Amino acid sequence: MGLSRHDADRAEVVHGGDPWFATRMDFLVNWSRANSLWPMPFGTACCAIEFMASAANKYDLARFGMERMSFSPRQADVLICAGRVPFKLAPVLRRIWQQMMQPKWAISMGACASSGNGIFDNYAVVQGIDTIIPVDVYVPGCPPRPEGLIYGIMLLQKKIMAERSSDQTLRREMEPDPKSQLYLPPPVIDEMSENFGNSVHQKRSGL
Amino acid sequence: MTAPFTTVMAGAAAPGQPTSPKNVPLRGGEPNPSAEALRAQFAGAIARVDVVCGETSVIVDRAQLLDIVRWLHDDAGQQYDYLSDVTAVEYRDPERPLEVVWHLRSLPYRRFLRLKVLLERGSELSVPSVWPVYKGADWLERECYDMFGIRFDGHPDLRRILMWEGYKEGHPLRKDFPVRGRFSRSEQLRQALSANPEARYSMEELSIAQAFEDLPDDMRRRLAAGGTVGE
Repeated sequence: MGLSRHDADRAEVVHGGDPWFATRMDFLVNWSRANSLWPMPFGTACCAIEFMASAANKYDLARFGMERMSFSPRQADVLICAGRVPFKLAPVLRRIWQQMMQPKWAISMGACASSGNGIFDNYAVVQGIDTIIPVDVYVPGCPPRPEGLIYGIMLLQKKIMAERSSDQTLRREMEPDPKSQLYLPPPVIDEMSENFGNSVHQKRSGL
Repeated sequence: MTAPFTTVMAGAAAPGQPTSPKNVPLRGGEPNPSAEALRAQFAGAIARVDVVCGETSVIVDRAQLLDIVRWLHDDAGQQYDYLSDVTAVEYRDPERPLEVVWHLRSLPYRRFLRLKVLLERGSELSVPSVWPVYKGADWLERECYDMFGIRFDGHPDLRRILMWEGYKEGHPLRKDFPVRGRFSRSEQLRQALSANPEARYSMEELSIAQAFEDLPDDMRRRLAAGGTVGE
């Protein structure tokens, strides 16, 4: 069964110009990555209880290759932040994320980790962990049911299956560079993002 | 009590005196006998005795607080051997003074006593530390200092405990503290991310934990050089 020029052309069209062999290689790599995600559980609140329920036998995360909870960030693939993150924990979360090896992904589980949840819109709580680390999948809910988390994990697997090794921007980690022309100082970001939803709501209270 | 193990109902001052929350009036009622003993012992230092929901609050003078607590702890007729809480109250009414509250419990006599010190607005917010009597007051007083900014004179290590070292926005449970903090979100996040997570451990805490020898070399050197790690 030979590979015709026509098939190769079609593969280029479908996969954005990658050679046929690279797409097959990507498929193999992505398939193995997506089905052996080792989670780094970062549970701080009630979402962690639901996460434990997801990992236990009724919902059984082992079906997705996630039975091995990796409490060492260096051996983890996906960080699951379950629960609210206070500002005092922010440098800890950032450091754990930096200690994880590439390739790595993050799931923000629950309303607190995703946006601060509104009721925790106060002086002590980070308004969404996406202000600290990049997040791939947000799972809504307060807390989300295990089905919700598993749906988020399946979305992450779908995202991983669509990755292409030729994409140079995929694994690039960026720190804000103040000398860059694209850099916006924090006060400007504050002003721009003032009324855009709860997670970046900047208004002061009446007191 | 003759038998070594006599069952006493919760809330009863002594066997044979059943009290239940349903019978307790909101205000007034039988005060804790320790209040009378305090009046006899420290006549000038007792400003007022309140009985609310069956619990006795004694408002005492700031200067004699440590003597009073020590006497309550040591006296054979009182034996308040358990300090269950140290906290503070600030009311919305700007005329009312701040209150610092100590919750004492006497396990042998099954008594509960609440001591209060009133701190007038504008005066220096400081009270004596009860750490010399109750070693467990250490973290309670640190929390009270962190949240209300009340200084406890004589505390061995009065630092923040809930907020991180170097937190610059003030004391969050004060009424003049805005609920979202004083700084913008990005500034708060910047300051939080620049904090060293190890910086809140003191030399004493690490040595108590017997973990000093297991620490990495660089951290041990930093600890030996100064009192705290980082920053």
